[in-house]
Amino acid sequence: MLPVVELKGVTHAYLGEREASLAVEDLNLSIGSGEFVSLVGPSGCGKTTLLSIIAGLLQPSEGEVSVYGRPIHNPSPEIGYMLQQDYLFPWRTILENALLGLELTGNLNEENRRKTVELLGDMGLAGKEDAYPSQLSGGMRQRVALVRTLATDPGLLLLDEPFSALDYQIKLQLEDLVSETLRRRGTTAILVTHDLSEAIAVSNRVILLEPNPGRIRKVFTVPESIREVPPLYARDQPGFAELFHEVWKEMEQAGSKSV
Amino acid sequence: MEQSEISGIAASRESWLRQMHSTFSQEKRREKNRIVAVRTSLLLVFFALWEASARLGWIDELLFSYPTKVFRQIWGDMVSGTLWPHLGITVGETVVGFALGTLLGTLLAVVIWWSPFLSAVLDPYMVVFNSMPKVALGPIFIVMFGAGFTAIVMTTLSITVIVTTLVVYNSFCSVDPNLVKVVRSFGGTRVQIFFKVILPASFPAIVSTLKVNVGMSWVGVIVGEFLVAKSGLGYLIIYGFQVFNFTLVMSSLLIIAAVATAMYQLVVYVEKLLLNRR
Repeated sequence: MLPVVELKGVTHAYLGEREASLAVEDLNLSIGSGEFVSLVGPSGCGKTTLLSIIAGLLQPSEGEVSVYGRPIHNPSPEIGYMLQQDYLFPWRTILENALLGLELTGNLNEENRRKTVELLGDMGLAGKEDAYPSQLSGGMRQRVALVRTLATDPGLLLLDEPFSALDYQIKLQLEDLVSETLRRRGTTAILVTHDLSEAIAVSNRVILLEPNPGRIRKVFTVPESIREVPPLYARDQPGFAELFHEVWKEMEQAGSKSV
Repeated sequence: MEQSEISGIAASRESWLRQMHSTFSQEKRREKNRIVAVRTSLLLVFFALWEASARLGWIDELLFSYPTKVFRQIWGDMVSGTLWPHLGITVGETVVGFALGTLLGTLLAVVIWWSPFLSAVLDPYMVVFNSMPKVALGPIFIVMFGAGFTAIVMTTLSITVIVTTLVVYNSFCSVDPNLVKVVRSFGGTRVQIFFKVILPASFPAIVSTLKVNVGMSWVGVIVGEFLVAKSGLGYLIIYGFQVFNFTLVMSSLLIIAAVATAMYQLVVYVEKLLLNRR
């Protein structure tokens, strides 16, 4: 089957006033349909750069990125991107915020509007359609951001530490909600996170990057027993702790390379 | 505990809260009244002192006039109708200068936001133009546009446009780049970025430049009238000064203070209307 995301020899350098610095070098990666992949690694390993490249927000200096077999040069509605914070527009109501993507892609019609309202309901936001973002809690706002991203029905979802700004309890609930929702919709997802246990709990594969410049150091496959239960319970599964320590040790070594 | 006893406690709690609140709001009201009272007496004392010093010869009546004479002058001009053309022309110039200044300033900000290249090119010119005292350009405007309405409005524009552009452009640039990223991630175009994010996010800043521009416009208009006019409140001040009629000067000043305040309050009111949803 055709991979959803394919990276071939992707290298990117940031150009500054004083020098050009290499952010990621020669990345090769292929992600299949419905897969949930996490990118982890010490800071400076180019996780967010890689995500921006796949999203089409950034053009790699070298190499090729294709999504659904098509090379990516610009952001497209097929790819959803969720940021670290909700970044809802304070002057729009919750429903107006959720409809933003449909509005921008010119797909706003009665049916899509109804679907979005339904989706808000699924996320426990029924009755909040006409509220403003400032009236909602952090967890609710991040759920609205998720609805906004899913409303355009992207086949690929990019998540840039979307849970890192939340309280621990809300973070766990959202992990469950997101992983359940994506599984049901069959969405392919790439998650950037610095939380190893989160990465293992939600994904099929964990990709460890090393810094200076960013390269893939090791790929861990999460065993079926952990994968098939919701993230909250995955943490109690046998084998979880062992895998966590394995990734942790490898990451320590990767991090020491930077010093 | 008995049911009735519990409800009794709840009721007494409630009346206690109510009493606390009424004492609190009474205190607030009293404070407000005190402020208004002192404010009003300050004004009255000022006028009384002015009147008394002029009549008792502490200050030169010829230079400073005195309130009853000033108010009689204003009333007389109002009744005879000689005031209205002057007031009308000045308010007209101010409103046109204010509206055009805000509009052109905002448009210029949009243009330089659109083209970062143009923004970089124009930057030093804007700085020079913003730092120089624009009133000095007055004579040039007179030669270019003739001594009249247009020259006065141009003087006003020279004062308001660049400041508006700088403030609005700044607010365009300080919009959270992540909000722009959200729109970009959906494949939004630069036009969409502007209308969906930049403009609504900067709306409060644009509205607040309105307030600054009201004051600026008055400066431009009065200075412009000093230079060229044959009518208007600024002209009355200069005329009164030349014929040594300081009652006329003082009454024009009072009228300017009143009308400028009214206009400012109107803008504040409009601002409230525009922003009350946020």
